[in-house]
This record gives sequence, C-alpha cells and structure tokens, in this order.
Amino acid sequence: MKGSGVRWALLLPPGLVLLVLFVVPVLMMVVTSFRPDLRGGPFAWGWEPTIEHYQSVIQGGDFLPLLWTSARVALLVSFLACALAYPVAYYLAFRLGRSTALLLTLLIIPFWTSYLLRMIAWKIILGSNGALNSFLSFLGLTDTSAPVLLYSRSAVVVTLIYVWLPFVALPIYAGLLRIDRSLLEAAADLGASRFQAFRKVTLPLSLPGVIAAFVMVFIPTVGEYVAPILVGGTRGALYGNIIEILFGDGINWPLGSALAMLMLVGVFALIVIAARVLRVGRLIEAVER
Amino acid sequence: MISRFRVLPAYYVFLVVLLYLPLMVLLLFSFNDGTALSFPLRGFTSDWYEGMLANGQLLGAARNSAVVGIGVSTVATVLGTLAAIALVRYKFPGKTLFLMVAVTPLLVPFLILGVALLILFSALDVDRSLLTVGAAHVVVAIPYTVLIVASRLVGFDRNLEEAAYDLGASFPYFLRRVLVPLIAPAMLAAWLVAFTVSFDEFVLASFTIGREPTLPVFIFGQVRFANRFPQVVALASVVMILSLGLVLLAQRLQSAWTRR
Repeated sequence: MKGSGVRWALLLPPGLVLLVLFVVPVLMMVVTSFRPDLRGGPFAWGWEPTIEHYQSVIQGGDFLPLLWTSARVALLVSFLACALAYPVAYYLAFRLGRSTALLLTLLIIPFWTSYLLRMIAWKIILGSNGALNSFLSFLGLTDTSAPVLLYSRSAVVVTLIYVWLPFVALPIYAGLLRIDRSLLEAAADLGASRFQAFRKVTLPLSLPGVIAAFVMVFIPTVGEYVAPILVGGTRGALYGNIIEILFGDGINWPLGSALAMLMLVGVFALIVIAARVLRVGRLIEAVER
Repeated sequence: MISRFRVLPAYYVFLVVLLYLPLMVLLLFSFNDGTALSFPLRGFTSDWYEGMLANGQLLGAARNSAVVGIGVSTVATVLGTLAAIALVRYKFPGKTLFLMVAVTPLLVPFLILGVALLILFSALDVDRSLLTVGAAHVVVAIPYTVLIVASRLVGFDRNLEEAAYDLGASFPYFLRRVLVPLIAPAMLAAWLVAFTVSFDEFVLASFTIGREPTLPVFIFGQVRFANRFPQVVALASVVMILSLGLVLLAQRLQSAWTRR
C-alpha cells in the first residue's frame, strides 16, 4: 500500500466537488428556510432566525394536504409500477431458453428515450383533439371532443406509471435472479404447490428488489412537478409545483426552502426505513473490509 | 409449469406493446402532413424533418446538450474513478460518510437539489449558463460512476498490484499499465451512463440554465407552440433512434466483456 499522499490525491477532487456542489447548497437551503427574508443576499448576516415559514407551512391550510397528496400519488405510482412490472420480471427471470437478454433490453429501451418526450407523448394521446380522442371519434366511438383524461390527477398518475414501468423491471428482475433455485426444488419436493412455493419462497425472497425499485420510483415522484404541468392542469398540481413556483419567479425563497426541507425530511425517513429492511449496513461493511 | 408460461409471455407482449405505442404515435405524427397532432392522418410528409434541419435554435439546443453531456460524463467518470479507487483500495477516516455523501445525490429529489444549487449560484453571483448546468449534472452523475467503477474494482486481484511493485513498477506506472486497463470497460460503461443521464435531464437544467437552452429545456419551451411542435417531434424521433443504437451498442460491448 502506497503512502497517504496518494490517498488524498484520490479523495480530494471528488470530495471537494461533492462538498461545494452538494453538501454546501443543501446546508444553504436549510439556512435560507430560517431567514425572515432574503434582504442583503444569501450571504447576509445580522438577521434573526425565524420559524415563521415552518409555522405557515403547518398552519397554512393548503401545504400539508398537498404534501400528503404528493406522497399518496408517489405511493400509488410506485406500487402500481412495481405490481405491473413484477410478472414480466418474473417471466424473464424464470424463463428457460435463449434471448432473455434481448427481451429484457426490449422492455427497458423506452426508459432510455427522453423522459420529457414520453410525457409529451401522453399529452398528445390524452388531449381533447389529441390522438386517443380523435382516433375514437374517427372510428365513430365517441362524438364528444371532451378530453378523456387530460388535465386531472389521474392523467398524472397514468403518465408517471408509464414513465417508470420499464425502469422498475430491472431491480425486480435482478432480485428474482438471485434466488437460489434449489430452494424452489426443495419446496416442490416437500409437497408445496406452485402457488404455495411462490407465496412462501419466491415472493418473500424477491422483496428486497421490489423495495429497491419502489424507493427508486418514490423519490423522484414525490418531487415531481413536470408531469402536472404537462398533463395535470390546475386540478392535477402537486406539492412540487408550489416549490417550483416559489423559486421559479423568485417570489419567496425562504418559504420555498422550508417546503423543500419538509419533503427532504420525509424522503430521508422513508430511505432509513427501506435501508433497515434491505440491510444496507451489510453492503457498507462489505466495502469497509 | 406449462400454463404459467403461456399467460406470462402474453402479458409480456401486451406490456411491451403498451410501452412502445406512445413512442410509435410520436413517430407517426413526425411524418404527418399537418400541424394538429390528431387523427385522421393527413398524408405523408418529410417537411418536419427538413424544417428541423433548418431550425438553428433546435439544432443549437441539441448541440448544447451534446457538449454538456460529453463534458459532464468525462468529468464525472474521472472523479468517480478516483473516488472508487480510494473507497475500494484504501482505508481512511470517514470512509462510510464519504460513501454516503457520494451516493446521496441520487436519493434527493432533483427538484430539491435544483433549488439548492440555485441558492448557491445566486449567493456566489455565478451567472447561470451551460457551465452551471454541467456542474449540476456532475453531482448526479458521480453516484453512477462511483458505483459502476467500484463494482469492477471489488473483484480486483490484489496480487496483481503487489506483483507490479515487486517487479519494480512505480505507482504511476502501475496506474497506467495495470489498473486503468483493468477498469477501462467499467469506465466506458460509467461514461455512457453519465452521458445519458445528462443528455436527458430536465429538472436540474431548468433551475441552472442561462440563456442558452439544452435540448430538454428547449423542448419544454416548445410544447405550447402547436405549429412548430411537429419539428420537435421529428427531432425527438431522430434522438430516439440514435439512443436506441447507442444502448444496443453498449449492450453488445458489455456482453462481449462478460463473456471473456
């Protein structure tokens, strides 16, 4: 092992970049959330710390219910994306025969096309004179030009499930692949039916992959504000839209920071729970050794 | 055994069709002779593709995204590789903390990271530009590059390193002739992933962008202009086909390496 010089030469560049561009900005957001206003710029001194923004978030009627709505939408999207992807991941993991890699690639390719464009595709499909409606009336199935689904929270949920579906298949598939096949043979030898073997062996053992996929969808979805703008309309607005507006036009950065902090705390609480379940500690130990 | 394998393939086909249908709709309308994105189709045209090639703003945005993507993936791959070597090969105080900080950017909603960087850049009086977008993208690309390179290094045979030193190699020589060639495939994979992350990223870019737009920012701005939108759809179709080729190529390379 070479001396400590090499060690610091390796650590310093990535460490500095992460410190300046990640740790410091998040800390500045924490500080901003306690400022009465932004007078004197972000580095100004001499202001009295205040919790008025947190108070107005908690007492201010609309904020907390909307955060709860965002959390519910994120739970629904993550759950349905995992549930819809699971059978496919299962099929690919237990499939006998060749070209499984090709089938997996085919499933994931849509994820590598622009996320914005996949949302816009749904806007086109769901729009009032959009593809779905005009196609239906072209066939004579509908004569109204009212949008079927566009500009509602349901449109946001459908669009986001579509966006994340190919992505969740991968961790679930990886989790299923890791299952020791001899356990399933043992279950069959002991007289378990195929359904029993699935419920008692395959499903529990595949849960770590499912939970990982769930969290990976939940985190971006709870902060989602683009899908509501494109397909949600005013009725489909989510918590993220308030934050975006408060920062977008520079209206109220301290209040926006407080709102962002609340979401961040919620997300980290969820990650800690998921990490407990997944025993991430063991992974870290493996690297430590 | 048999019935399960009849229902599941049918479901697989159903899901894949469902996933590709919206993309096919986009592709279809990029050749449709009319600005309205609705049925019935008006007839075939290549106008939108010709218009796209003449649209300087659109091509400029695509070029900006490519430039930012190349810069981001190169910087993030170098930084991620350094961090991965330090994490796997060396002991140092605060290692767990370092690992957590290096991976956490993926666990923070991009919206929050975006506003935090907005606060930083305005505090430092940094003019927002493609550089600030690049800086934001490097932060979220680092977790990928660290994890990809580190997973390759974990399987690295320590005896190779000792053998190199026993044979009189200096550390830089060892780095150049042993370590880098060994992790080069992982570095290339990390580079490709970082590029795709940056090229497609909208949320961070929208908070850190200056006057010059990246492609996603430009596309988002065009959504409300119906008469120009088919051009955007045409460009999107081209990008879609190109990235498809890139993904298939990466897949090929990766399976070639794993077979070795």
